[in-house]
Amino acid sequence: MLKIEDKIFQNLHGFNDPFLEGTLKRGTWSNTKDLLKKEPNEIIEMTKASQLRGRGGAGFSTGMKWSFMPKDTGKQHYLVVNADESEPGTCKDREIIRNDPHMLIEGCLIASYAIQATKCYIYIRGEYYFEYEQLEKAIKEAYSKNLVGKNACGSDFNFDIYVHRGAGAYICGEETALLESLEGKKGQPRLKPPFPAGAGLYGMPTTINNVESIAVVPTILRRGSEWFKGIGEENNTGTKVYCISGNVNNPCTIEEEMGIPLKELIEKYAGGVQGGWSKLQAIIPGGSSTPLLPKTICETVKMNFDDLKKNGSGLGTAGVIVVNKDFDITEVIERFAHFYKHESCGQCTPCREGTGWMHRMMQKLLKGEISPEQMELLENVTKQIEGHTICALGDAAAWPIQGLIKNFKSELLAKYESKRIE
Amino acid sequence: MSSGHPGLINDFIEKGEPFHWSDKNLKEIEIIKSKYPEDRHQSAVMPLLYLAQNQNNNWLSTECIEAVSKALAMPKIRVAEVATFYSMFNLKPVGKNLIQVCRTSPCMLRGSKKITDTIIKETKCGINQTTDDGLFTVVEVECLGACSNGPMIQINNDFYEDLNEENTKKIIENIKENKPNKVGSQTGRVSSENA
Repeated sequence: MLKIEDKIFQNLHGFNDPFLEGTLKRGTWSNTKDLLKKEPNEIIEMTKASQLRGRGGAGFSTGMKWSFMPKDTGKQHYLVVNADESEPGTCKDREIIRNDPHMLIEGCLIASYAIQATKCYIYIRGEYYFEYEQLEKAIKEAYSKNLVGKNACGSDFNFDIYVHRGAGAYICGEETALLESLEGKKGQPRLKPPFPAGAGLYGMPTTINNVESIAVVPTILRRGSEWFKGIGEENNTGTKVYCISGNVNNPCTIEEEMGIPLKELIEKYAGGVQGGWSKLQAIIPGGSSTPLLPKTICETVKMNFDDLKKNGSGLGTAGVIVVNKDFDITEVIERFAHFYKHESCGQCTPCREGTGWMHRMMQKLLKGEISPEQMELLENVTKQIEGHTICALGDAAAWPIQGLIKNFKSELLAKYESKRIE
Repeated sequence: MSSGHPGLINDFIEKGEPFHWSDKNLKEIEIIKSKYPEDRHQSAVMPLLYLAQNQNNNWLSTECIEAVSKALAMPKIRVAEVATFYSMFNLKPVGKNLIQVCRTSPCMLRGSKKITDTIIKETKCGINQTTDDGLFTVVEVECLGACSNGPMIQINNDFYEDLNEENTKKIIENIKENKPNKVGSQTGRVSSENA
């Protein structure tokens, strides 16, 4: 269990002042000038050594990502922060932004310095209007105290930070779609390569990071890579903000050690499953696109990148969605299928046509109208979509259905049989 | 008013009243443009569409699209393309209170169907419809990103969380009676702490 003094987000729930006066008491901005005296490369190496893995879903080493940025090109470099939190089940960045926005702003300054970017855009989802206002207010404060801007924090580093609002498109959480959107176009993902580190925003070297990844960096630098690495286990280090939703007694968002057992997370913080653990049907551990876990796996699995992967799912954004036996698991997945149909950007045929077709099949499956042969066809089609699109939305739409068929095949077939006898 | 290929845009976006930027918004446009590099004003298209939508009773008419296109020296069709891609730009007039009910699984598991039914009953407004008095428009939307506080709805810019049938009814009643509503959690939570 995470010790209170090891919590990075001390105002995650907004019990205290989210703005400058409050955040100074929590240690934000305390010695930023000293941190900026380090060489950019030293910051990158420290972040690498902490084994911080990106909190947006893919889990790629944050320090490694920064090291891909070209050095001394003479070009404008950009840091873009992905605050387009739209994965169903995920509401963690929202708490960071509205309850301690300065942690993000300070992280932006330091990360930008490390990758030699003098400009940073935070792309926040359009629906988060209150969060946008909080962030704008905090940025104004930071400018007025010269924490950002010209000679930020009294260093020689000039740094500008802006907020850009999205407008309700899940796909803009995909990093290249986000860049397109920021450039004033439809949010349709770009082909990679070139990768954003080579040619990103406006064709310039760009790094795109999740809010949580950026917001933890100043604390890592202050307390040291070894401290961060000491929490959790090898390659799955540090603290993590988990969001728990669905059929639990107390849905909540909390910060805990990376790799806390799933069962402990639910029993200890979310008040347990509605109706008791024995009523548990399945858990989706990392936001809508990660395949569901049946109860047997939920007993023992640990909430980190590697253990969840080993058990056929993924940590994703750590949006834990609990489903008890009062609900039809097929309907849960059918609603996700509807979500992906609605959010497909329409660029690649397998996804544009496939998400609609899969949703229609899921509607039939819900009614028990899918024969064993059709189910095989559905499973096949999900595999035709997976990996055959420019971005991962196709995969994200396919995985939940694959997870459902893999773990609940006999129940689904029984449904068809009983319907046929009727 | 319109020139070029009016049909192309008008197929998707309705015509409205003549639209002229307010003085305040003209100043705001310059501030927004200054956030982006000088040769990259197209980046300002989404903020400007928001600005136009706010000035135009929360929806974008053909005239708004034209005004944004002029302000950024962008072809109209490029502006229309952006306006039609993103779901938060309303391409039809909407009621004074745009109620968006989250229907995605985390909220569904906590009873969003009952919330939808309550809202339909209390507003006497069907999904994707607007009441005759123009007070309400009700839509069902995909995940709004407040999953630990589900079921939830968004009314214009505000989130209402931890809903049940009673408190949802109260929110609608308050709007009808022109009384203020408490934004955020309706069960007394500060945010998404484990209560």
